Amino acid sequence: MESTKKTIIVFSGDFDKVMAAFIIANGAAAMDDEVVMFFTFWGLNALRKDAHVAAPDKTFVQKMFGAMMPRGPKKLSMSKMNFAGMGPKLMQREMKAQNVMSLPELIETAREQGVKFIACTMSMDVMGLTKDELLDDIEYAGVASYLGEADESNVNLFI
Amino acid sequence: MSVTVEELKALTGTTVVDARGTSCPGPILAAKKAVRGVSSGAVMEVLATDSGTLKDLPAWAKKMGHEYLGHYEDSGYLRLFLKMK
Repeated sequence: MESTKKTIIVFSGDFDKVMAAFIIANGAAAMDDEVVMFFTFWGLNALRKDAHVAAPDKTFVQKMFGAMMPRGPKKLSMSKMNFAGMGPKLMQREMKAQNVMSLPELIETAREQGVKFIACTMSMDVMGLTKDELLDDIEYAGVASYLGEADESNVNLFI
Repeated sequence: MSVTVEELKALTGTTVVDARGTSCPGPILAAKKAVRGVSSGAVMEVLATDSGTLKDLPAWAKKMGHEYLGHYEDSGYLRLFLKMK
């Protein structure tokens, strides 16, 4: 049978784009598709834990990145109409009013449905993100792993 | 195969999945979650308020191999019917 695997590259760390990625991932998983999400560059911020994680071995620049980038899905900003953080708050309130699942819920549901999360180790190094700072029990790999997964999939998205 | 609204209304013993109030992809996730508890040939009824479900549930059913029977509108929500493969 033809593969129905879906691969999604989450490059953006924008709240709205990450939302879209997870809605598609959850929908595909509900349709029994195998789903692989590859997080790279700003997209990695969606996988960060809310709490501050001590990372003593970072360089000065890596520490700056760590401090300035959003910590987790609740802190992401919108690609448009961000209004210094007011935009996502308003959007989240409206989503709640419309009973749309929140981004943390979508991430949790994706995990429950067996969606595979892969963090790009090269961009983790560049941005100084350590494994401890990201969600537990995810995979770590590089471009070849992603391409291997993409070869087996019939839909590939770059978000 | 087309099933009339009267025939849908006459169905009994269906497994009811209440996804009212949830938005995309809520109804599909709810159906997926409930499917394990429904035996082959039985009818699942999904209640939904998100109008996109009218297109999404048949698409999900087609993909999963279930038979979409149809829907009708109740007071302020949709009732959609699937026959499990």
